[in-house]
Amino acid sequence: MKLLYFAKIREVLKKSEETVSLPSNIITAGDLIDYLMNLDDSYKIAFEDKKFFIAVDEEFVKMDFIITNSKEIAIFPPVTGG
Amino acid sequence: MIKTKIQSEIFNIVDEMKEISGSKANGATVSFIGSVRDLKSENLKTLEIEHFPKMAEKVLNKTAQYAYKNWGLSQCIIIHRYGKLNVNDPIVLIITSSPHRKEAFKANEYIIDFLKTNAPFWKKENTEKRSYWVNQKD
Repeated sequence: MKLLYFAKIREVLKKSEETVSLPSNIITAGDLIDYLMNLDDSYKIAFEDKKFFIAVDEEFVKMDFIITNSKEIAIFPPVTGG
Repeated sequence: MIKTKIQSEIFNIVDEMKEISGSKANGATVSFIGSVRDLKSENLKTLEIEHFPKMAEKVLNKTAQYAYKNWGLSQCIIIHRYGKLNVNDPIVLIITSSPHRKEAFKANEYIIDFLKTNAPFWKKENTEKRSYWVNQKD
């Protein structure tokens, strides 16, 4: 599974993307965030303020969205378009 | 006609208006340009705009499609820039045309409001002293 990061989150994690193999108990987008936060402190810093959005296949999803068949997940701060 | 575009280079409103003026269905055309404004307390050097290309294209297109249908537009153009911009540089251009003015105004306002909170672009302000990401506003 490919993870994409943007803006402040990309800067905190010092990477714009990575490929991960998730354990089978990671079912939802929320599980993924918890998993990453337990993996390394940089994720904890990136996600601890809970100010982020998740997009799967370029669509916003909620934390309970099932990601087991997802190929690409983007995690980014609130957008400031326009 | 619907046209959406994401580009780093500056857009030319005159060229875009030429595309609009050819349609007989237009009684009203509204154009909006959002630009880089200076800061109150310190001088802005540059504004960097980062974006998620695939998703931004989708969001712009879907927003234009929705506005086109919902307000019965005859034309809708959205152009959004990314990259390093200076004070006063244009960021976004929205042109909406319809037979009557009300729909063109309403659709245009809807589009810019929607993009503010849904289009995956992020702005970073660079001043002489610091750099920081801009927070989402209404």
